[in-house]
Amino acid sequence: MAASAAARTSIGLTLRFHRVIPDCSKCPLYRLKSCTSNRANPQRRSSFNSFRTMNRHLQTSKCLSQAQEGSSNSEDPDDVVNVVFIDRSGKRIPVKGKTGDNVLFLAHKHGIELEGACEASLACSTCHVYVSAAHFDKLPEPEEREDDMLDMAPMLQENSRLACQIVLTPDLDGIELTLPKVTRNFYVDGHVPKPH
Amino acid sequence: LLKPYKSVCIVGSGPAGFYTAQHLLKAHQNVQVDVYERLPVPFGLVRFGVAPDHPEVKNVINTFTQTAKHPRCSFYGNVNVGEDVSVDELQEAYHAIVLSYGAEGNRSVGVPGEDLPGVYSAKDFVGWYNGLPSCQELRPDLSCETAVILGQGNVALDVARILLSPLDALKKTDITQPALEALAQSRVCRVLIVGRRGPMQVASTIKELREMVNLPGTRPEMVAADFDGVAEALKDLPRPRKRLTELMLKTALEMPTEKEQERRKKASRIWGFRFFRSPVEILAEPGCNRVAGVRLAVNKLEGSGEKAQAVLTGEVEDVPCGLVISSIGYRSLPIDPTVPFDSRRAIVPNSMGRVHNAAGLYCSGWLKTGPTGVIATTMNSSFDTARSLLEDVESGKLDVSSAKPGSHMISSLLEKRGVKPVTFSDWEKIDDLETRRGEVSGKPREKILTVAAMLKVARG
Repeated sequence: MAASAAARTSIGLTLRFHRVIPDCSKCPLYRLKSCTSNRANPQRRSSFNSFRTMNRHLQTSKCLSQAQEGSSNSEDPDDVVNVVFIDRSGKRIPVKGKTGDNVLFLAHKHGIELEGACEASLACSTCHVYVSAAHFDKLPEPEEREDDMLDMAPMLQENSRLACQIVLTPDLDGIELTLPKVTRNFYVDGHVPKPH
Repeated sequence: LLKPYKSVCIVGSGPAGFYTAQHLLKAHQNVQVDVYERLPVPFGLVRFGVAPDHPEVKNVINTFTQTAKHPRCSFYGNVNVGEDVSVDELQEAYHAIVLSYGAEGNRSVGVPGEDLPGVYSAKDFVGWYNGLPSCQELRPDLSCETAVILGQGNVALDVARILLSPLDALKKTDITQPALEALAQSRVCRVLIVGRRGPMQVASTIKELREMVNLPGTRPEMVAADFDGVAEALKDLPRPRKRLTELMLKTALEMPTEKEQERRKKASRIWGFRFFRSPVEILAEPGCNRVAGVRLAVNKLEGSGEKAQAVLTGEVEDVPCGLVISSIGYRSLPIDPTVPFDSRRAIVPNSMGRVHNAAGLYCSGWLKTGPTGVIATTMNSSFDTARSLLEDVESGKLDVSSAKPGSHMISSLLEKRGVKPVTFSDWEKIDDLETRRGEVSGKPREKILTVAAMLKVARG
């Protein structure tokens, strides 16, 4: 599933190449002034030291393809952002992300069971996660469209966010993202029903 | 068969079918999943229900395509379960059947005049503009000025938005060409969205309401008195309801900014909610067999919140209009007499997706829970059903000890009956042609509108 999701993302990249007109105002990298695309920053010189981002003019959704992540010097320890996913059974899955990574696609890369039905375009709530208290306030405020989609998510909490809108920065190191137990087959206290 | 495969058959290729398949394939290395679909084309309401101007919602098709192309998954389109092959025969061929064929029927309003020309169900209207073959003959008459939509859910808002959207916005979507042409000639310029209860009971969600509020060329028209007491009740509402109600209040009561006032003055199209109104009759002009208006009974609310009930006051009012669209819900239909069906709730009776009194039968999606919820809801419901099925395999409740013939048996039955299934790569020919035809006019696709034409491309 994660492999196919990652493959799908890179395929999606190719398919969308000739059809997309990007809206830079929606991109968190643009809002964080971390966008290195010449399209968004015509005066800016090419500088790829801090952020490994893809050419933003290729698509509107906030995603980084797996192919893209491997394309630059990927072993720089300063860029590593440690993330812990807590899956629906309560299991902790620590992963190493990088600054600029989109958390939904990071989850897919590591086989975490987080759907992204609309592929990071703020048209669903299937990537709903709970953010650790220590990091929740470090995230930029959700835009109205994210709040609108969050309203649809079952078991909404104060610390709910959509994973597809979370882009890793160094101060999010140690962030823990818990997948809500949304389905009735999972007992809230983690009890696993014995087969009968 | 070399390996001891568990064979599962899924009936219906919309989100329920595909999400159930996805979960089964991922969880178990030895499951073969065959998805049967009545139409030559897959994806159900994602193709035929989601509004043309909501293309991102349709991105989920990419996920479903991955599933369909999984080595242990096969798609069989153009197969009508219940007519071409029975559920009994499927049970002989497969270890388990998952029924996920959704809700293709309508809930009837149940008032006189419902059958007058000019009255349509939202399901059919949406099917019409989305290219559902069975709705292509609808040819709705859009020559009147006022349209009344009964129901205040997201489907009602979709219909209102499509009726009032500037044509330029629709031209670049996958709305069908005939619908686009009809809307280009449309004189509808006022849409009233009518509900039995009040602002705090609307079934629609904030994204769709915001789209109406921001719809270019339109202005809102609400009845201020409908909002009495709403502002005071806000603080106790859960977040989603609170945000939605705040937006409605603002739209209905707040003095607009100068810029917004200018915009509204220039707007030539009007939309509005009408609350506390139940239809009691659809009226025709005497001697004229066409809808001319709706008679609405005035309600008051007893109780509050989601459980509030509408109670008649005895007053009625008549609203002149030339188009009535009833958007009060879809309804599942039974497709095979051997499958238990609860006709009161219009679902297949089940617990956690396990059909009652029917070993080896499961259900997911709207057929399981009733026709409400978005794709995400259906996804969770489908994962639940898949988990139930897998638990039953583990526990032995579902007998998978003997090999089953699976699609081999069904394929030869279908061949004998002259039914030729459409494979997934056949669908890809249809997909490819629709996409290429769309490019000509700057649309994501130009849908093929009849089953015959679809089959011609599939076979070609």
